[in-house]
Amino acid sequence: MKLSPFLLVALALGLAFLYVPIVLLIVYSFNDSRLVTVWAGFSTRWYGQLFSDSAFLEAAWMSLKVAVTSATIALVVGTLAAYALVRLGRFRGRMLMIGMVQAPLVMPEVITGISLLLLFVSLNFDRGFGTIVIAHATLGASYVAVVVQARLVTLERDIEEAALDLGATPAATFRQVVLPLAAPAMLAGWLLAFALSLDDLILASFVSGPGSTTLPMKIYSQARLGVTPMINALSTIVIVAVSLMVVIASLLAKGSLVRGDSRAG
Amino acid sequence: MTGWRPGWREAAILLPLAWLALFFLVPFLIVLKISLAEPILAQPPYSPLLVWPEGGGWPALGARLDNYLVVLQDDLYVRSLLNALRIAAVSTVVMLLIAYPMAYAMARAPKNWRPALLLAVILPFWTSFLIRVYAWIGILKDEGFLNHALMSVGLIDQPLVIMNTDWAVHIGIVYSYLPFMILPLYATLERLDLTLLEAAADLGAPPWKSFLQVTLPLSLPGIVAGSLLVFIPAVGEFVIPDLLGGSDTIMIGKTVWIEFFQNADWPLASAIAVTMLVVLVAPLALLRRGLHG
Repeated sequence: MKLSPFLLVALALGLAFLYVPIVLLIVYSFNDSRLVTVWAGFSTRWYGQLFSDSAFLEAAWMSLKVAVTSATIALVVGTLAAYALVRLGRFRGRMLMIGMVQAPLVMPEVITGISLLLLFVSLNFDRGFGTIVIAHATLGASYVAVVVQARLVTLERDIEEAALDLGATPAATFRQVVLPLAAPAMLAGWLLAFALSLDDLILASFVSGPGSTTLPMKIYSQARLGVTPMINALSTIVIVAVSLMVVIASLLAKGSLVRGDSRAG
Repeated sequence: MTGWRPGWREAAILLPLAWLALFFLVPFLIVLKISLAEPILAQPPYSPLLVWPEGGGWPALGARLDNYLVVLQDDLYVRSLLNALRIAAVSTVVMLLIAYPMAYAMARAPKNWRPALLLAVILPFWTSFLIRVYAWIGILKDEGFLNHALMSVGLIDQPLVIMNTDWAVHIGIVYSYLPFMILPLYATLERLDLTLLEAAADLGAPPWKSFLQVTLPLSLPGIVAGSLLVFIPAVGEFVIPDLLGGSDTIMIGKTVWIEFFQNADWPLASAIAVTMLVVLVAPLALLRRGLHG
């Protein structure tokens, strides 16, 4: 099928709109000048400065720890939710679970953030690493559930039924049959939850405590003061890292990422 | 071999259900509770819902609707809600106009291009929201890339003031949420039965007519899903109006943030959040129906 010139131009302009800001940001992170919009020659000095700034490094380390922990919890909760929704038939609370899996995907984060904080205050939780992990794990679980659900729906039940017929317990069937088959989607879900956590500003700002500043919180407090080359450098590193992960995740999910994402309709 | 584990099925259901209930559902009930409280200078900074009398006996209910009265009567809050709805609605329409031709082109592109095109659309959506909004500061500010380019071409001789206005907020929302609009549109357009268009052409319909009478109505589910997916979070948006908008660009999400962090009025912030949620209940319900239908 050939594309009409109008469609081709619309697509090209649309993609340019999506990518030009990112490309500008990356290019100007290598700019020698402090003036962000005037090119003054190639330099990696801002990267050097970034890596000698201990506050940034600490925030990055905190973000990485939060992202790994929360994505792992999200993987467990989300995979079980997906399995329950796809394979366990009707059960009490099924509609509730569907609602609670889907709602966080579109809920304005300000609302989720404020409600989680008020929960932690009511329960007298110490705010910090743990509370940020819980917030991110809850949001990430929704994404994992959606991606894994999409994969489970496409799996024939034959193999699971054969395993059960041969005397495997439901738990063993889950571990030895379902998990290996769903593994690529689970890994994709984990990577998405990881990327989401690494990127989140709002939930973290609400539920963090003293001494638990994440990278986005640090970027945000600097960005409010205006554009600085150091933030450009940091952004470039984040963009490259997250892009690599998303490409890997989407290759793993072989398109189920797109078809399965409920945001994709 | 592993032995029989009692209640495996129950565990697979109960663990996610309990987690999501405790950390997603229950918090909303707490917001609701605190929105009925009174701000006090204490830790935590709100009055208890139940006031237990000194000598025992039944507690008195400490609920008040004052916060909601403030939200509904104070011009600031009503205006920030209406502003947010208007900015989100206008941005949604603009996104639809940009995304539809893109999704259409992707759906009609050669089959072997499609995975790459899809990835090209998904990639920016996963690539740090905050950083992508931040990137626009450098483009839109008075001495930014856009004014630089326009002035060097000679289109303008005075820099355009876009940064810190509603314009910048619209641009930021359209840019950040565009992939959410493209994906559902693409999903419906890709499934479109092309023989219907051939039939329309055979019957003598010009392309514009078969587009209006066949393609557009059939892609309506994608249009509705995409619009809701971008509209709902855009209404509560905080980062974009905060970084790109000016002090007079008030949107409800930013108002919640300010009441919470700057004025430390948790009950009022909760009441605003509940009000926002009530306004969004209808589009949320519509979205859920769309996802299942």
